[in-house]
Amino acid sequence: MFKIVSREEMAQGTIILNEIEAPRIARKAKPGQFVILQVNEKGERIPLTMADVDPDKGTITIIYMVVGKSTALFGKMAVGEEYFAVIGPLGKATHIENRGKVVCVGGGTGIAVLHPITRALKDAGNHVTTILGSRNKDLLILEDKMANASDTLHICTDDGSKGHHGFVTDVLKDVLEKEDISLVVAIGPVPMMKFVSAITKEKGVETLVSLNPIMVDGTGMCGGCRVSVGGETKFACVDGPEFDGHKVDYDELSNRLRAYLNDEQKSVDESEKNA
Amino acid sequence: MAGKDKKVKVPRATMPEQAPEVRRRNFMEVPLGLTDEMAITEAARCLQCKKPACVEGCPVSVDIPGFIQKIADGDFSGAIERLWDKNALPAVCGRVCPQEIQCEGNCILGKKGSSVAIGYLERFAADKARELGSGTLPKVADKTGKKVAVIGSGPSGLTVAGDLVVKGHDVTIFEAFHQTGGVLVYGIPEFRLPKDIVASEVATLEKLGVKIELNSVVGTTVTIDELFEEGFDAAYVGVGAGLPRFMNLPGENLIGVFSANEYLTRANLMKAYLFPEYDTPIAKGKNVVVLGAGNVAMDAARTAMRLGADTVKIVYRRSREEMPARAEELHHAEQEGIEFVLLTNPIQFFGDDDGRLNGMECLKMELGEPDESGRRRPVPIEGSEYRIDCDLVVVSVGAKANPLLTNSTPDIDLNQWGNIVADPATGKTSKKAVWAGGDIATGMATVILAMGAGRDAANSIHDYLTIGW
Repeated sequence: MFKIVSREEMAQGTIILNEIEAPRIARKAKPGQFVILQVNEKGERIPLTMADVDPDKGTITIIYMVVGKSTALFGKMAVGEEYFAVIGPLGKATHIENRGKVVCVGGGTGIAVLHPITRALKDAGNHVTTILGSRNKDLLILEDKMANASDTLHICTDDGSKGHHGFVTDVLKDVLEKEDISLVVAIGPVPMMKFVSAITKEKGVETLVSLNPIMVDGTGMCGGCRVSVGGETKFACVDGPEFDGHKVDYDELSNRLRAYLNDEQKSVDESEKNA
Repeated sequence: MAGKDKKVKVPRATMPEQAPEVRRRNFMEVPLGLTDEMAITEAARCLQCKKPACVEGCPVSVDIPGFIQKIADGDFSGAIERLWDKNALPAVCGRVCPQEIQCEGNCILGKKGSSVAIGYLERFAADKARELGSGTLPKVADKTGKKVAVIGSGPSGLTVAGDLVVKGHDVTIFEAFHQTGGVLVYGIPEFRLPKDIVASEVATLEKLGVKIELNSVVGTTVTIDELFEEGFDAAYVGVGAGLPRFMNLPGENLIGVFSANEYLTRANLMKAYLFPEYDTPIAKGKNVVVLGAGNVAMDAARTAMRLGADTVKIVYRRSREEMPARAEELHHAEQEGIEFVLLTNPIQFFGDDDGRLNGMECLKMELGEPDESGRRRPVPIEGSEYRIDCDLVVVSVGAKANPLLTNSTPDIDLNQWGNIVADPATGKTSKKAVWAGGDIATGMATVILAMGAGRDAANSIHDYLTIGW
């Protein structure tokens, strides 16, 4: 069960793709849903939104950045090795319909999550403008796939090594100015989603964001993933992971994501010491 | 009965325990178990009543005088076989049942002195069998060719699985987590119920032929209707009460405020108390407050103490008398230095600039007229607000029904709280060939009541598979 059937290194080895055998999950998964993975019996449960599914082959694809002990362990696994546990599909699927003109904004590994949603929006007949951002051109992922799923593609890099020199929000403002956009989907780092939502709120353009807070079970049982949305507490695992970007309390989310910062460092230090 | 008076005079066995000042900082089991001599002496106290009231108090009708007589005779294998006849989880029940309101509460000896220590003896027989590998498993009936899906591997699911496999049915358990046991592994801490004991009880079921599919969230990975399409003839839903209740107070989303479910799941299922050997971290509070006074609240408080807290307070809005935890849990918690702050209600939580909890505001209460539950209603004392400094709060005020499964099965009727409506006598739901029991049907209750519901449902499922709906 949960065998890795293919593996790819992206963005100079900092971002890894795993295609994993999980026939039951592949049969059911829809764009926007996530899985929880555990590398071994002692491992932490890590939620990751699926980047792709192949129901015929019975596989799901995840793309993650190596940021801590768990993702480092994920990244070390070779083709043929198995995850200890993969659970899903979890969370609500993205509501896909023809809205006319839409904009998809992606940053970092959020682009991996955005890809199946973008494809589905395009397949549903939307005119899709995509804006992708990364620190530099080498860290940008899935450019070709996103180009195929979009009518227009804009690239932004912080250092100007490719496309627009600056942030996705610069280009987004431009697009919103020129076109009549009915929906924006923004998936990426919390500050990116926060700033995108601030701009679209001002323009009154509906915006969906996908959140990835700290979770344990992913089924609504623990409440660790609670987020404030429009002043109400929601569980990202069952009420989300997608929410109305204009209503999310991003500062609270950022704080909560830092809850275990010291422990995470300790975990990395400990495992490096042992290695 | 000639020996009765004599038996009343023999003192009840005292369970050897780890000393409070030692155990409050370790996760090893608190009670150490009876020795053979202690168990035989205790078993000999049983009057062997012709109409045993203790059995009437047992939700799964264990032959209590029967297994106790075997212990008194020194026939420990015989004792476990008597237990297994009616109870697939004796090592668990011996540890977590509220015996004082069930079997032991009905014991005739208890009327004049102390009841027989039935829980200790059940635990003794189960531990002895595990230690020696003794006892013959119940005989499995001829295969019926009928397939049953048991959803959830908590106490009620395990009971259904054990009962039906013995009757010859082909049973598969679907468990959402990566480990079997449900609340027995994610909720009840190691120091109260060692996890290798749960694993061993599950292994017994596997030896009987029960199959287990882990990592299967029924409702999303697969639905009940899909299980029927796959060839299952009946389904039992025992998924527990998997949705934590919060209090909706200002500051509840500060870092440092946890549901009991999260705090205990991290500690127990994910073994965060062994971090960084295990990868899942857990917040280690210096000054901890647990809101609520049930068994789960005691488990959270005692866990916090073991993780190194300087102070641990139980904050509860009613008085000592109304605390719903088992007497033994309250006693153990107090022995370990947990402070009970009674007639006190939280109002809000305070945090620093980084969103980390650093205190809470409480209001003192007094008892007024009885409410609909028959308990005296706590009434706030005006102007009594005060601050408690704390860096960790565990909200332990109960759990609601998790809608993940029921949302995917709209033809199962729910009550106004989202619990599945199940016939109390049989566990039958509004959907054909689907039964439910345990917390998802009754709301939060005990391990043994869930097992009792499982027993009734198993009988009803067997009737359905052999006779009809």
